[in-house]
Amino acid sequence: MVELILFVITAVAALAGAVTVVTARNPVHSAMGLFGTLFSLAVIYVVNLAHLVAAVQVIVYAGAVMTLFLFVIMLIGVDKAEDTSEHLPRQRILVGVLGTALGLVVAALVVSGRFVWVPAAVGDVEIPNGTVQAVAEPLFTTWILAFEVTALLLTIAAAGAIALAYFKRGLIREEHE
Amino acid sequence: MDAIDLLIVVARVVVVFALLLVVTLLNVWLERKIVADMQNRIGPDRAGPFGILQTLADGMKLFFKEQVTPRKVELGVYLMAPFLAVIPALLTFMVVPWGRPIEIAGRVVPLQGTDLNIGLLFILAMSSVAVYAVVMAGWSSGSKYPLLGGVRATAQAISYEAAMGLSMVAVVMFTATAGDGGTLSLAEIVARQQGSWGDALGIPALGWVPRWNLFPELVAFGIFLIAAIAETNRAPFDLVEAEQELVGGFHTEYSGIRFAMFFLAEYINIFTMSAIAVTLFLGGWNGPTWEGTVPAVISAILPTVWFLLKTYVIIFVFFWIRATLPRLRYDQLMQLGWKRLIPGAFVWLILSTVVIGIRQFGWPWT
Repeated sequence: MVELILFVITAVAALAGAVTVVTARNPVHSAMGLFGTLFSLAVIYVVNLAHLVAAVQVIVYAGAVMTLFLFVIMLIGVDKAEDTSEHLPRQRILVGVLGTALGLVVAALVVSGRFVWVPAAVGDVEIPNGTVQAVAEPLFTTWILAFEVTALLLTIAAAGAIALAYFKRGLIREEHE
Repeated sequence: MDAIDLLIVVARVVVVFALLLVVTLLNVWLERKIVADMQNRIGPDRAGPFGILQTLADGMKLFFKEQVTPRKVELGVYLMAPFLAVIPALLTFMVVPWGRPIEIAGRVVPLQGTDLNIGLLFILAMSSVAVYAVVMAGWSSGSKYPLLGGVRATAQAISYEAAMGLSMVAVVMFTATAGDGGTLSLAEIVARQQGSWGDALGIPALGWVPRWNLFPELVAFGIFLIAAIAETNRAPFDLVEAEQELVGGFHTEYSGIRFAMFFLAEYINIFTMSAIAVTLFLGGWNGPTWEGTVPAVISAILPTVWFLLKTYVIIFVFFWIRATLPRLRYDQLMQLGWKRLIPGAFVWLILSTVVIGIRQFGWPWT
């Protein structure tokens, strides 16, 4: 019961945030809507006993990524009028069709009874060793190569971004002190 | 889980809230008094003995003051920001153990809000949410100085969170060698700092040295402390507020109880950061309790006393640094964060990993 109540609250908050992201006129409001959605998702993870995923969600997405978004939005100026002309032709019609199709699929699932409510935690469920160990064990044994390659890839991406910003046609931009 | 268990949980939460509010009252007064002493002034001395009730008087004053709302604010966000500052501040302390578990009528009550198995990550998550309050306040005020403060806050939080997280990783890796597998639970990290280094290493001469993480992880402690000062926006890293340049930074346009909430959050954060430093590096509530020679009540209270004592040593360092060092320039702040602390934390992490690996598995060539 507690789970259902928490789910309804956080689901509504997540959807409200998502709608805000699209409809808000002000980019800062959009960013805050996205923050609301990401944080609500984290709460849903906690309800499902995935504590580590929830913590990572808040630290990485709600924390680092969104703070960076806000920083960029504030830095480039929030008072500028936004360019509201649409570049994709007929996107409204397309979105309408796809949205209706998605709604029909969901409605069909609900009507056919395949959409069942699965309670995540019944009573006092003991989490063996906590979820951190459960994630760490396969990550650093079975998937260690994939993990290291991903780390390398991210380092290359970061170095590449800096290189693109700093080196132009053989010129090294002087560092401002 | 019966009604009494539920009551105990509620009581634990209420006690933590009360503790945080009381220590804040005390800390504001203590800071003014300590800084006054260091500057050859007297400081507050009118309200109560030694002026100890000064903060209470100031709090009451702020409560009854008019709350000025400038015309150009974004009202919703503007009103939400103070609450968003206080809530993470109160929540972060929930995972810090502030005393040895006590036994009342057959029930073991841990003196901690709650023990999460992701305790450390929870702290990082809450501190990354806390920066939103500053950013939102700065942006929604609709004025130049708060906006500058907000922009500075974002950059500073991102820069120093990385260094803080890395210094925590070193502690977590070290803790893993002290017991069965690694842990992120703060109660477990404290429990693994029990005893002395003499017993742990088998050197009787070191029997008087407590088994705190401070000694093997000294560099990590230094990095953590610097990052903690930056994360709480204290001098010399208070560029977010910077009275001389930005009037009051992000809270320039706030007054009355709304300003008081930002103030409260800042002082709770100082206490929490000090408590986390104590938990990770100074053995938490560990200390001599003289079990058996003193009444049981005293040896049950003593761990909490040790915890508060150690926390106040760190808090004193916070105040001391504030009274001593001038504010950094913005580029110096960024240089220190990205070019000194983060690489330093990385080097220390690798060094500490190598040492742990050698202790665990022996030299690679043998």
